[in-house]
Amino acid sequence: MDWQAFWLTIRLATLVTAILIALGLPIAYWIAYSRWRWKFLVEAVVAMPIVLPPTVLGFYILVALGSRSPLGRWWQTMTGHTLAFTFTGLVIGSVIYSLPFAVQPIAASFALIDRKLLAASATLGASKLRTFADVVLPLSVPGLITGVALTFAHTMGEFGVVLMIGGNIPGITRTVSIDIYDEVQAFNFSAANQTALVLLGISFVALCLVYGVNRKLWALWPLK
Amino acid sequence: MRTASEIAPITATPKSGADVLTARIRKRLPAAGRDFELDIDIKLSPGITILFGASGAGKTTLLDCVAGLVMPDGGKIAISKRTLFDSDSATNVSIKDRHIGYVFQDLALFPHLTAQKNIAYGLADMIANERQRRTDTILESFRISDVRDRRPSEISGGERQRVALARALVTDPCVLLLDEPMAALDAPTKSKIIDDLRAWNREHHIPILYVTHGSDEVFALGENVVVLENGRVTACGTPHEVMTAPRQETIAQLAGFENFFDALVTASHEDRGTMTCRVASTNVELETPLVRAEVGSTLRVGIRAGDILLATARPQGLSARNIIPGEIISLEQRDVIVSVGVDCGVKIEVHLTLAARDSLQLRRGCDVWLILKTHSCHLMAHSARE
Repeated sequence: MDWQAFWLTIRLATLVTAILIALGLPIAYWIAYSRWRWKFLVEAVVAMPIVLPPTVLGFYILVALGSRSPLGRWWQTMTGHTLAFTFTGLVIGSVIYSLPFAVQPIAASFALIDRKLLAASATLGASKLRTFADVVLPLSVPGLITGVALTFAHTMGEFGVVLMIGGNIPGITRTVSIDIYDEVQAFNFSAANQTALVLLGISFVALCLVYGVNRKLWALWPLK
Repeated sequence: MRTASEIAPITATPKSGADVLTARIRKRLPAAGRDFELDIDIKLSPGITILFGASGAGKTTLLDCVAGLVMPDGGKIAISKRTLFDSDSATNVSIKDRHIGYVFQDLALFPHLTAQKNIAYGLADMIANERQRRTDTILESFRISDVRDRRPSEISGGERQRVALARALVTDPCVLLLDEPMAALDAPTKSKIIDDLRAWNREHHIPILYVTHGSDEVFALGENVVVLENGRVTACGTPHEVMTAPRQETIAQLAGFENFFDALVTASHEDRGTMTCRVASTNVELETPLVRAEVGSTLRVGIRAGDILLATARPQGLSARNIIPGEIISLEQRDVIVSVGVDCGVKIEVHLTLAARDSLQLRRGCDVWLILKTHSCHLMAHSARE
């Protein structure tokens, strides 16, 4: 069990989840409540990381972080090296590939709230911000928990994108899923198994949390 | 009482110092089939005004425009001197700044807050003491103090209704809008809440617009009734004027008239204040009250089933001017009323008591005479729907 990789991955997942809740709330709010006729284009862009092959996503992120892109060049002048193959670069890439896992459950939760409640809040003198804080958020707790759990679990387990933009540097970008791959390549099956079981356990706990808080909403089978 | 053709802005003398709501609204809503257009011009003084009409007439849209939830295509909405919306000057005050109380059809109580917190929601800008005092007072006067710490899902329908009312009223709004608030309640609960609302209204003197399609609430609450039909105001007046002497068939239908038929005006007796009409496709002649209509024109006649008398022998010496022979074609008992269908050239429904049916020994096929007073025949414009 490579503890260095494990703690690195936990740090990555926690940081990415925190960033995505901050970024995801306004995006989810816009998706849930906007009536722009081209909204579906934005929704498609947000959902892309779910269906894109990880290598495609990884490739484009690598190009965007690398020394040929505006972002990459700016970073290079600031710090003296590229974003690719750094922990920061990994965080940026992870935020992109985990975006739909945060935004979609939260947007769904927002959209399910009865619009009349928002209207009532407004007639009682509440600003849009207060309505969001006092009505929308409290009624979206299941969606928020789902977003957090899925983002965390997904970031813990991502492989393809991490390998492409991280470069598997121990202590910097060598996450747990890459560690498992390396152990299998080196025929250390028992080490690989230990690490894999830990990931399995974390994923299972995350999903139990998701289905547990959403018992009234999302069952995989219809509720009797 | 004015007919549709005579209606200009509906006005009532405003009390000095009290707010008057004026609303001139034009709004087109796309709908399946035909687009719906709301086009109204009303002035409401303090007191309860009932907005009456069938489903789809535009009542909720009107309330939503006044509250700011829907933006009209054109017009002006103002409370006394304060303009809320004006298409000419592109003014549109935001919902939260209009200070209008709105009780929605499904109440829209916040499910995650207790009754007390729901009521206090609109008082967030007050200091805590004042907020608590006001909340306590209104909980008392609406008799819901004992459910203050329960959530909406844990209290009865009547209690939820009162919480929704209290929540809107505790903020001391300039105008109160109520959208069919009593629809899901039973009669005793309804009348208690109506009393509470009346008591509150006596102290606060604001324009209250109460939407309903139930005729019993019109009489219980209304000082003034505005009838909305297909997006337009077709009548206004006191409840008595609008409901018991309706000039429009749709109002009559809503107000519970059972008999409607076409009649041709054959003669007009101005000195006597009556007219003679012949029921279409028959030679039955009726003497009716005089209205402004030309000889030869066709009108709609509405008669309440409870206004008609039945006789098994041709009566003599009666004051009633209309005595019409006919034959009973159906007899139906509905609870304690008997509904008798009589064919006298046109099918007429008559309501009798059980005792009357039994003592006259009425049966299908019996020859009877219908007795109608002149003033039981209500003449209405022939429904010319554009």
